[in-house]
Amino acid sequence: MKDFAALFRAIDQSTRTTSKVAALADYFRTAPEEDRVWTIALFSGRRPKRAVTTTRLREWAAERANLPLWLFEDSYSVVGDLAETIALVLPPPESESDLGLSYWISYLQDIANADEDTRKARVLAAWDQLDTTERLLFNKLMTGGFRIGVSQKLMTRALAQATGKPEPELAHRLMGDWTPASTDWHTLIEAADSAADASRPYPFYLAHALDDPETLGTPGDWLAEWKWDGIRAQLIHREGAHFIWSRGEELMTDRFPELAMLRDVLPDGTVIDGELVAWDADTGAPQPFAALQKRIGRKSVPKALLRDAPVLLLAYDLLEHGGQDIRDLPFAERHAQLDATLAALPDDAPLRPSPLIAFDTWTDLAAIRAEARANRAEGLMLKRADGPYLSGRKRGGWWKWKLEPLTVDGVMIYAQAGHGRRANLFTDFTFAVWDGPDLVPFTKAYSGLSDSEFARITAWVNRNTMQRFGPVRQVTPHHVFEIAFEGIQQSPRHKSGVALRFPRMARWREDKSATQANTLDDLLELLRLYG
Amino acid sequence: MTRDPVLTFTQQGIYCPAGDFHIDPWRPVDRALITHGHADHARPGHGRYLATDLAAPVIRHRLGEITLDTVPYGEARRIGGASVSFHPAGHVPGSAQIRVEVAGEVWVASGDYKLADDGLSDPFEPLRCHAFITESTFGLPVFRWQPQASIADELNDWWRACQQDGLTPLLGAYALGKAQRLLHMLDPEIGPILTHGAVEATTKILRTQGLRLPATVPVTPDTKAADHPGALVLAPPSALGSRWARRFAPVSTGFASGWMALRGIRRRRAGDRGFVVSDHADWTGLNRAIKETGAEKIFVTHGYTDVFTRWLNEQGIQAQVVPTAFGADEDSE
Repeated sequence: MKDFAALFRAIDQSTRTTSKVAALADYFRTAPEEDRVWTIALFSGRRPKRAVTTTRLREWAAERANLPLWLFEDSYSVVGDLAETIALVLPPPESESDLGLSYWISYLQDIANADEDTRKARVLAAWDQLDTTERLLFNKLMTGGFRIGVSQKLMTRALAQATGKPEPELAHRLMGDWTPASTDWHTLIEAADSAADASRPYPFYLAHALDDPETLGTPGDWLAEWKWDGIRAQLIHREGAHFIWSRGEELMTDRFPELAMLRDVLPDGTVIDGELVAWDADTGAPQPFAALQKRIGRKSVPKALLRDAPVLLLAYDLLEHGGQDIRDLPFAERHAQLDATLAALPDDAPLRPSPLIAFDTWTDLAAIRAEARANRAEGLMLKRADGPYLSGRKRGGWWKWKLEPLTVDGVMIYAQAGHGRRANLFTDFTFAVWDGPDLVPFTKAYSGLSDSEFARITAWVNRNTMQRFGPVRQVTPHHVFEIAFEGIQQSPRHKSGVALRFPRMARWREDKSATQANTLDDLLELLRLYG
Repeated sequence: MTRDPVLTFTQQGIYCPAGDFHIDPWRPVDRALITHGHADHARPGHGRYLATDLAAPVIRHRLGEITLDTVPYGEARRIGGASVSFHPAGHVPGSAQIRVEVAGEVWVASGDYKLADDGLSDPFEPLRCHAFITESTFGLPVFRWQPQASIADELNDWWRACQQDGLTPLLGAYALGKAQRLLHMLDPEIGPILTHGAVEATTKILRTQGLRLPATVPVTPDTKAADHPGALVLAPPSALGSRWARRFAPVSTGFASGWMALRGIRRRRAGDRGFVVSDHADWTGLNRAIKETGAEKIFVTHGYTDVFTRWLNEQGIQAQVVPTAFGADEDSE
């Protein structure tokens, strides 16, 4: 684990991308091949099977550290990272170990099926021979989620440096349904890439946000379409099977059984990029995102839900046609092939083109964009007609031109400290609007302020706490914040009767006094207009 | 018959009825006994001040024209019905715990303290008492400090690595106490040490008091990085990333604070390196100090007060939270 711990420290201790990449590339050149593959797996979100529940880990760590469980939990809520909390509270190790990353992973896999006493003994034994950083990493292998400031993009760049292979090729190799058990360094990285798995998706092309379309030049060079408010997905039909991948590289095939019929009507060797939406057959438009939300995370779908929230894929792009990767073709050409492919489908197929929107001038397009909400879209997408389908978030070819969010001015009434990166700062706030003389809470928000604004509001909260409820502080209703959000819907679970989508603090309205905040009636009017 | 407690907690701060004085008051009072010169403990506006002779010069420097009487460590003073003495708290040079005895009952207000010997401050002196007023800035079991020597190695290794990479190490630390402790830990053989004006001012004062610190070069508007190859720059945290710091580019930034023990805070500070150096007691230190006082009653004034108090009570030590205006922001620790 020492090599891997040194890599972690090198990455963790630097804010410079170049030195992170250099440290990773060096590791990919020198570490044992097995460890390299596991490192790629961990940094791309693949993790070993969970050997121990986090509940047990907390109990064992508290016991080993001689602490009551509540004190461990309180410490955890400040640190914000379970693996780190455990690493910090444990007494110093009694010995050292030179064993590598792969050893510790198989150590964990070996105990996954053992009885609890054995698992406990083995975990305690491991803690006792690892230093604080090694423990943190060992714990992360058990708790999952290796978010340590290395994106998949950075890792791919480092692999490219270490192997001399082009980045897009590596990005594609690393996609899909592999595990360190099913592959090795040679197969994954070095071998000729012919026997690729049928389920393997292409890396998603992601857009940057656009402020002003005038900066894009001639309107004629661009194609526009709605930016739907659903789940971005890639549909693969190869070798008689179909696969649905999320943008986060999660395989979602079984969650959307209504798409299975596409196997019978879509030609083999087809890959489509699109947006999953819950469809409203009556209006011929997507339902609000809230309807789709009921389908997310459900592995088996009850009949009633299939009927009420039937899902279909609105197709944006064609990536593979007749088994050929066509991502390098110009978008206009890909889109023409997409239209031709979809035209052959029956009318009731759960796959439709996301139509291109004709426009002549940017002014025309701005007027169309203003109608996005009525069309159940978040805004517009603009794509260069002659551009290829790139991988990852790249500037220049694709732009998202979203609607301005809805906003409400709310009064801050509760504050709670954050954790992890935000430990010691009050960052989690509850906001209220006026209902006559009363303040009714309507949303929480955590993001949108700068670190220095959080520091300033933290000092204010410390001086203006009226009452404490455990970690929550009730504060003097004084500060007004502009809350921006993407959608609003009715919610009997909320005191105000509404729930907001993606609420965040757009601005700290220091120019406004609490009495100038919005009212519940204002909020209900927004619900009427946009709910 | 019930007597007044030796110390009480008022709107102005910690108060001794028998001696009619306050300890580290946060609102103006007639007579203030000051544990040390940090801004949350030594505030302007009091009628008369009493502090240790070692803390006095810095307090004068910060508060200007004040009526300040001084006393050496360990010397008892009679104030009204109370006998008062100052004892080393080990927090920063000159910092004191204040021992107050009234009719045989002893209370100690510890201000801020740490148990480890930093090589500059007089080391913390355990005092037996009936009641002990403690901080709990780092009163969670995730805070355990490493020996100073191993952190010194980390600092000096970083400095050397910066020299190899052609970067200027820019180290942020609170100007009173922490900065001098770092000076003491740095190896002047590696290269010259440049100081920001705020750091230089307190360093100069402490030097005249006899503290042995390596030579420093004050940064002036004309200072150029090129004239001091291989130098390390010591500055208050607020100077990191400021215009002032631009002249040293390219830099590697470091921040020395107990908070650097937590990865989340280290990442938020967005420096390149975090060094876990604290002038407050860690979890082990707080518990040991409290045990060694033998006190029957513990008052917890600032930090993780709720958690730490509950822990003490579960250990069979009677403890309660006292809200105070102590405890500063992250930059000062």
